[in-house]
Amino acid sequence: MTEIPTSRHSAFQVLTGLFSLPAGARIGAGPMIAAVVLVLIVLASILAPLYVPYDPLAMNAMARLRPPSDEFLLGTDPYGRDIFSRVMTGGRVSLLIGIGAAVVSVAVGLIIGLVAGFFRAADGIIMRIMDSLMAIPAILLAIALVALNGPSLGSVIIAITIPEVPRVVRLVRSVVLSAREEPYVEAAIALGSSMPKILIQHLMPNTLAPLIVQGTYICASAILIEAILSFLGAGVSTEIPTWGNIMAEGRSYFQLKPGLIFWPGLLLSLCILCINLLGDTARDLLDPRMKKREG
Amino acid sequence: MEFKSKDFTDKQRVLKIRRLKVGLTGRPAAQPVLNEIDLDIRAGETHCLVGESGSGKSVTSLATMGLLPKDALEVQGGLIDLEGFEITNATPNQMRELRARRIAMIFQEPMTALNPVLRVGEQIEEVLNMHTDLSQSEAKKRTLDIMEQVHLPDVERVYSAFPHQLSGGQRQRIMIAMALVLDPDLLIADEPTTALDVTTQLQILKLIAEMQERHGTAVLFITHDMGVVAEIADTVSVMQKGRIVERAPIRELLTNPQEDYTRKLLEAVPNLAPRPPRSEAAAEDVLTVDRLDKTYGGGGWFRKSEGVHAAQDVTFTIAAGRTLGIVGESGSGKSTVARCIMRLIDPTGGEVRVAGTEISQLSRRQLQPHRKHLQIVFQDPYRSLNPRWTVARSLCEGPINFGTSKDEAMTRAAELMELVDLPRDALDRYPHQFSGGQRQRIAIARAVAMQPDLLVADEAVSALDVSVQAQVLELLEDVQKRFGIAMLFITHDLRVAAQICDEVVVMQKGQVVEQGPAGAVLSDPRHPYTRSLIEAAPGRHWDFANFRALSGAPTAQGATA
Repeated sequence: MTEIPTSRHSAFQVLTGLFSLPAGARIGAGPMIAAVVLVLIVLASILAPLYVPYDPLAMNAMARLRPPSDEFLLGTDPYGRDIFSRVMTGGRVSLLIGIGAAVVSVAVGLIIGLVAGFFRAADGIIMRIMDSLMAIPAILLAIALVALNGPSLGSVIIAITIPEVPRVVRLVRSVVLSAREEPYVEAAIALGSSMPKILIQHLMPNTLAPLIVQGTYICASAILIEAILSFLGAGVSTEIPTWGNIMAEGRSYFQLKPGLIFWPGLLLSLCILCINLLGDTARDLLDPRMKKREG
Repeated sequence: MEFKSKDFTDKQRVLKIRRLKVGLTGRPAAQPVLNEIDLDIRAGETHCLVGESGSGKSVTSLATMGLLPKDALEVQGGLIDLEGFEITNATPNQMRELRARRIAMIFQEPMTALNPVLRVGEQIEEVLNMHTDLSQSEAKKRTLDIMEQVHLPDVERVYSAFPHQLSGGQRQRIMIAMALVLDPDLLIADEPTTALDVTTQLQILKLIAEMQERHGTAVLFITHDMGVVAEIADTVSVMQKGRIVERAPIRELLTNPQEDYTRKLLEAVPNLAPRPPRSEAAAEDVLTVDRLDKTYGGGGWFRKSEGVHAAQDVTFTIAAGRTLGIVGESGSGKSTVARCIMRLIDPTGGEVRVAGTEISQLSRRQLQPHRKHLQIVFQDPYRSLNPRWTVARSLCEGPINFGTSKDEAMTRAAELMELVDLPRDALDRYPHQFSGGQRQRIAIARAVAMQPDLLVADEAVSALDVSVQAQVLELLEDVQKRFGIAMLFITHDLRVAAQICDEVVVMQKGQVVEQGPAGAVLSDPRHPYTRSLIEAAPGRHWDFANFRALSGAPTAQGATA
């Protein structure tokens, strides 16, 4: 069912049209649904303070562990806080951590990777440092950082970012290593272009497409790691609701109130599923070789 | 020149193609890729399909093999008949059986056609195991026998070698052995020598002819090289845009082509006769290369190792307005010399003086102001322009680096487009919107924009069709005349070198074996290596452009092809 014009497009052309899809490229129903669901979750989270009926932090001793009703849409937790308000507000922090970690990792990794890929002298040293960073497990690092600085958004983002950066560096470096052998880069050297100019104008654009894909994966895994950290009690402090710490608090009341784990868990899974699906779609569109053979 | 002139009319017809039409899958209304092709090949005959890239040569061979990519191309009419068996209606199973026993194919790149993790002998044997009931020992015996037949040395050792341990020529011999081990009726050879050096090419062409003689195989030979055609063809079909425009016995086609297109194609074929010498005006030397040396490896922290001499003791000069060619086969070091001069790699010894400045030892920063004196045009027009940049941006990059204002650079870019014969509005377009030849023109314009004293052309016309090749050579000459640029022309093709060079340097294994005026080197070669290169140049006795044998043959006297 492949459209001929699509298969005729070279990888270059596909990359050129990074933000304007090549004619004939089709996005299936799955990724479309994923995009819609993700947009809904993100909007709902961002706009949460505007519509949630209760302050997510306000405790109410009179209304503990209420079942879902007109008054409390999803019921209340052991402290009498409205679960619906907490889950929707909690999404803000979870998503912020996901996007923040992705942006920081990609930005830092891009710069280090460009340098490592282009300057032979720097390459060996940088890559050995990256190798050792990769050996640090995110969870342990996070627990250590939280123990040092106390639980905060920053600690969590840093803890997630540090082990992700080497992966981005490797990716960028490999793209630069192959692109720098391209005759057009050698021609630029012959034309007297300076090193920063070659790096930024000729080499960097080659890395953008794979970075977008990598970014989505980092985003998904960061949301998940934050949830795990909060669940372990090493994440963002419990005063700020996140999907992770709502579930952590709900642990001991699971049989009484399964909704405490179910609702944040559902949103979390949906979010990660959608992000990964979109990442796969982006990869297929940007790299035709990865596309599954149809028919 | 002697052509094949055997008559095949009484031989059995092996392949019959009638009114074959191949088009885009599911779009019968679109322009067909092959339009009403007729083709006949008889036992023992070599039928050459020639044409420029995109003319449909390879699609014809794939259709015959039943290997059209199903989701892109389909047979939309006509018939392909192999000795009474209709291929167009065959089931996949029948086709598989047919492909091994009755039709075999060899490709341009033997490295990718062989499995890199299996021993080559086993790969030949596997064909036998799949399609015959021979016992293990018989299959091995037959394998060794066919390997002897294709003249592989030391067959027991080669049998257990992996593809990467063999040379390109040896790999192609393995492919031929594999193709012929079941004694097929038809052999399809799709540019089988294009990736090989000329001397290896000659051996492989001889081998195919010998095997054909021995087994009476019909051969469909696809090539873009008229020289190769002249050497091996009995009959030739000229293809253009999916049609066969002319078909004739080889002698008839080369002496008296009927179609304009054939005529045009032949007129563009370069021959080995060197250009008439240009008067040597007392011009200054632009480039002086003195005992240039490039060694890879070597040194080492703890142990001194030998290293590989990619170029050794290379010395030559080029004066303004003159062209010097470096010719040699792959691995001869010709590109290494070019890249050392351009300082894309750093030479390990010797001097390079460009426009009076010694540049081989300058640091990157010191070198920057001298970059504008020397420019390069690369082989692959598809990769030498940044695909994300408009032509205008590419053309302006250099001048802007050297302080030209943007407006001035744009005005100059527009003038350059005119110079290289492209429309002005092409400036706003991207490289993928141009053909290979047009892109090479843009690359030349980009180099000329710097107003260099020296232009290095590294295989700059090797990836182009002959007619386009001739135009680009003309453009290079025109540019040279107009600006008095000195040109260093790197090529593996002696015929191209003969057309454009004033002086020639012949390199082999990193060393210069012979150098001098083009006329002298090509007509009276001193070194045996130069002689073997000239003798291996396909079609060297024929003056294609004038449809007659080459007079005053610029070839090694008394040499036998």
